[in-house]
Amino acid sequence: MSLASVSETGSVPIRKRRFARHALPYLLSLPALLVCIGILVPFVTAVYYSLMRFRLNLPAMKGFIWFDNYINFLSDSAFWNTVSVSLTYALVTVVVELVLGLGIALLLVKPTRLNNLASILLLLPLMTAPALAALMWKLMTNPNFGILSYLVSLIGFTDFRWASDPRTALLTVTLVDVWVYTPFIMILLLAGLRSLPKQPFEAAALDGVPRSFVFFRITLPMLMPYIITASLFRLLDSIQQFDIVYSLTQGGPGDTLMVFQVQAYLEFFQYTNVGRSAALMMVLWAITYFLSNIFIKQWLKLRERARGVS
Amino acid sequence: MERVSTLERAIRTVLIVLVLVFFLFPIFWIVLMSFQNNDQILRIPPSILFEPTLANYTTLLTGKLQTTAGNLDIAFLKNLGNSLLLSTGSVILSLILGVPAAYAFARFKFRLGENIAFTLLSFRFAPPLLVLLPLSLYFKQLGLTDSYFGLIWIYQLICLPLILWIVRGYFEDVSPDIEHAYRVAGHSWWTTFRKIAIPLARPGIAAAGLLAFIFAWNNFVFALILASADKQPVTVGALAFVTASGIQYGQIAAAIVLSVMPTLLLALYAQRYLVEGLSLGAVKG
Repeated sequence: MSLASVSETGSVPIRKRRFARHALPYLLSLPALLVCIGILVPFVTAVYYSLMRFRLNLPAMKGFIWFDNYINFLSDSAFWNTVSVSLTYALVTVVVELVLGLGIALLLVKPTRLNNLASILLLLPLMTAPALAALMWKLMTNPNFGILSYLVSLIGFTDFRWASDPRTALLTVTLVDVWVYTPFIMILLLAGLRSLPKQPFEAAALDGVPRSFVFFRITLPMLMPYIITASLFRLLDSIQQFDIVYSLTQGGPGDTLMVFQVQAYLEFFQYTNVGRSAALMMVLWAITYFLSNIFIKQWLKLRERARGVS
Repeated sequence: MERVSTLERAIRTVLIVLVLVFFLFPIFWIVLMSFQNNDQILRIPPSILFEPTLANYTTLLTGKLQTTAGNLDIAFLKNLGNSLLLSTGSVILSLILGVPAAYAFARFKFRLGENIAFTLLSFRFAPPLLVLLPLSLYFKQLGLTDSYFGLIWIYQLICLPLILWIVRGYFEDVSPDIEHAYRVAGHSWWTTFRKIAIPLARPGIAAAGLLAFIFAWNNFVFALILASADKQPVTVGALAFVTASGIQYGQIAAAIVLSVMPTLLLALYAQRYLVEGLSLGAVKG
């Protein structure tokens, strides 16, 4: 490249270049923007439907009723059941996964060959489609031949019905959720643990500080940003759980596992009550919107830090 | 580091083995089941010693299922093909849409940029049924119910945030100086983007693409609501298969194995990138 051509590029009219500089990022992100807009249309529709009396089987009754769908929720025991089931599901799964995930991460923190192999193998459940994982567990808990039914019968539970018994249904879906998602928390916390500075631990070891003290006063506080990010991430997904519950029991037995999205799905397709279904999803959206705002702030902070360290 | 006693090391190893058993046993067991006939499956106590059979797989591949009620056609191969087509198509579209946008967000500070980036990110966390249920009505009106295109478009909800945020991180890691130098040498913006920026961010693009493929493949609810029977991927197809075939447990197991293997193999292949990708770059792998 000769010098002449460089000065030639330099002589492109400044105004034109400035326009290109301003327009370029917009042009580059235009396709992504269009997808955004494409998705916002059904979102607005959902808001509108949630304010309507709208049943697919009774088109004549269709009409605008403002907030009646929401007001009806207040005195609707099925709605409160959904709220309580969803919250219970989300809290139980996240707490169990957090405790297990942290435990496993602590076990695997030293990068030995066994530990590295284990942390890779633990990715497999996480990469299994949750809907298919639920089917795997359905086969394993089948009353006639399921290996788990057989195993619990050995310790005295001869008629353990797993997901088909209202008393153990939550336990069963929790088990599947824990199987799929504990590795998620584990790998995030493992990455966090391995990125912690070494000096405080070396100093504590030199001073002979007890290990429980090191764990609660050094490890845990330093790991807290990772724990919060991972838990919020999981909480956001867990409160919207659909795949596992739907594949395993479709919300049953009865309404034992009627989480938000399964309830909205059945409301729409089984009872064809579009208005009520949309209102239900709006309530869930409000909850997740609130949680995701907290999460994104936390996540950005951590992201900045991870990028700074590397 | 303090010296670890032999006892402690032994306890750790035992615990790790227990953890591995819990997390790997279901996969192991379903693979075993897929090589058993129904008599072997129903045997009590269950045994890991049996004469393996390929009959479940051949049934799935030929698509003819013999039941007591007669022959049943199964479209499982069709489901596998659909999964492959939907996931590949979604990732390609997502890369075409996402990589330039990620570049724009990384290199230029512009007012709309952060807004678009965060709107896309918020899609990742919004309940999918919120838009899927109204969309199912639109899809009927638009005639998209029976098309791959409609599904691939909606799959962007899964793939695009992933690609955008991971690739953006990679572009931000690459110093813009190399690009500036190349530009000063008289090359157009487009050539610089193609010849310099993309090759430097290639590991990130590959990682994001693989992860997006896995998540698209594993998705269930989008296709459950929007896909016609003819366009269903394996996740939805397997559930329908369970309902239809009833007690052909060996074939159900084989169908599950065929459905999960592609993502599991990809995950093992791409494991280096998974940590960073899963957290959208919040944690370095």
